[in-house]
Amino acid sequence: MPQPAPHEPFIRLTGVRKVYRTRGPEFLAVSEVTFDVEAGELVALVGPSGCGKTTLLKILAGLHTHEAGDVRIGSAGTPFNPSRDIGMVFQQPLLLKWRRVIDNVLLPAEILGLPAAASRERARDLLALVGLRGSEDKYPYELSGGMQQRASIARALIHDPKLILMDEPFGALDALTREKMNLELLRIWRESRKTIVFVTHGITEAVFLGTRVVVLTAGPARMADNFAIDLPHPRTLDMKTHARFGEYTRRVYRLLGME
Amino acid sequence: MSGQIEAVHRYGLAVLSHLLLIAAWHFFVVFGHVPAFVMPSPYATVHALLVPNYRWLDNIAVTGTEIFGGYVAAVVVGVGLALLFSWFRRFEMVAMPLLVSLNMIPKVALGPLIIVWFSYGIGPNVLIAFAICFFPIVLTTARGLREVEPDLLDLVRSLKGSRWQIFIKIQLPGALPYIFSGMKVAAILAVAGAVVGEFLGSDRGLGYLMLQVQVTLDTAAMFMAVILITGIGMVMYGLVLGLERLLVVRDARIQ
Repeated sequence: MPQPAPHEPFIRLTGVRKVYRTRGPEFLAVSEVTFDVEAGELVALVGPSGCGKTTLLKILAGLHTHEAGDVRIGSAGTPFNPSRDIGMVFQQPLLLKWRRVIDNVLLPAEILGLPAAASRERARDLLALVGLRGSEDKYPYELSGGMQQRASIARALIHDPKLILMDEPFGALDALTREKMNLELLRIWRESRKTIVFVTHGITEAVFLGTRVVVLTAGPARMADNFAIDLPHPRTLDMKTHARFGEYTRRVYRLLGME
Repeated sequence: MSGQIEAVHRYGLAVLSHLLLIAAWHFFVVFGHVPAFVMPSPYATVHALLVPNYRWLDNIAVTGTEIFGGYVAAVVVGVGLALLFSWFRRFEMVAMPLLVSLNMIPKVALGPLIIVWFSYGIGPNVLIAFAICFFPIVLTTARGLREVEPDLLDLVRSLKGSRWQIFIKIQLPGALPYIFSGMKVAAILAVAGAVVGEFLGSDRGLGYLMLQVQVTLDTAAMFMAVILITGIGMVMYGLVLGLERLLVVRDARIQ
């Protein structure tokens, strides 16, 4: 009988470490990072400022090198093309002011040289998916902050990447809009079936969104914990009052030395 | 609809304030018994246009050519140089501090030198206009090309986008509002440059005419010349503003 192939996750990080060398002493940006991400997961990286969560995201995006450890993305089941399979969402929507919403969404498609007509069609569908039907021809300044961020999520999806990297995408929004965007993100994630790595410093946000939470601490910057969130999907706001939800958030608070 | 009414209202008030100034000028001269060689009335000022010796149209054409020529040259060279700066960082590091120092020279003070080097006439005056409006254009354009969101660069780099793509899709359109802000400042400076050039040494143009009529104390003609010079500046500024409206999305414009 043939041996079953050993399980291969979509992303595997092993002992990743990154040091910044500017003038003066070395600065440890991130260390001891070891976790797996299965295809289709939504992993939340949570931690305080300076814990290296953005650095880690940039390593995953191939924008930063790392000193030690191993970063492997892609598996036999889910092959990965580093120039085509990454979508990025930042804290600021960073839409180009001089482009209409739909043309903003199309930016990655233009850079990759994807067929224009099909991409435009897809951009329309994605704008509908993120709840911006009818805003295609508006300029960014005509949209609220939350709507701009929706457009930037559509932009991250336009080239159908396998991995979406989000760096505190709702950090600049007001609390209510943020709650709403959390639910929206979960819906978009379910419908688009993407793997998402989501950076946040919001502990409840991390537990609410994540299938898995990776906790990073600062000073020294290292990974402190990595655990699955066993709450059913689709998630609803009243889960935040569940005892188990409280246990998860307390676990993170404790790791971050806040209890 | 109400926006249109509001706009008409606003323009109406603007026209009114100009008319009020002319009326105040008129009454001041008439009832104040101000001698004509000190301040001519608005009517006398317009009347100066009828003196054929003053060759108004020729002089407008000369001054207009100097302003426009110097200005266009400054835009082309200024934007071009700023582009070179953004492509060749080392070049910028060498040339930019020098430009900042040269910018400190009161360009008007170069006038006598330019006349020594190039004699007088339209050419040297174009050069003075160029010198005076070149700096704001190169400085604002260089700044605009530098102001790119680092995260946006990361986004393009994560897609392995080329430098050319970054330039043509993000950097250049992002710098356009800055270019226009420099062009607006420069439009006003170009007028001053050309007129100063004519004051210093010239045999044609509205500035030259002003010096001529100063001798004969024809103040009305001097007033008219100033008004025409201002008019040329306004037309230039208006053209730049119109072009900006055409090319730059409202939200991105720099006031």
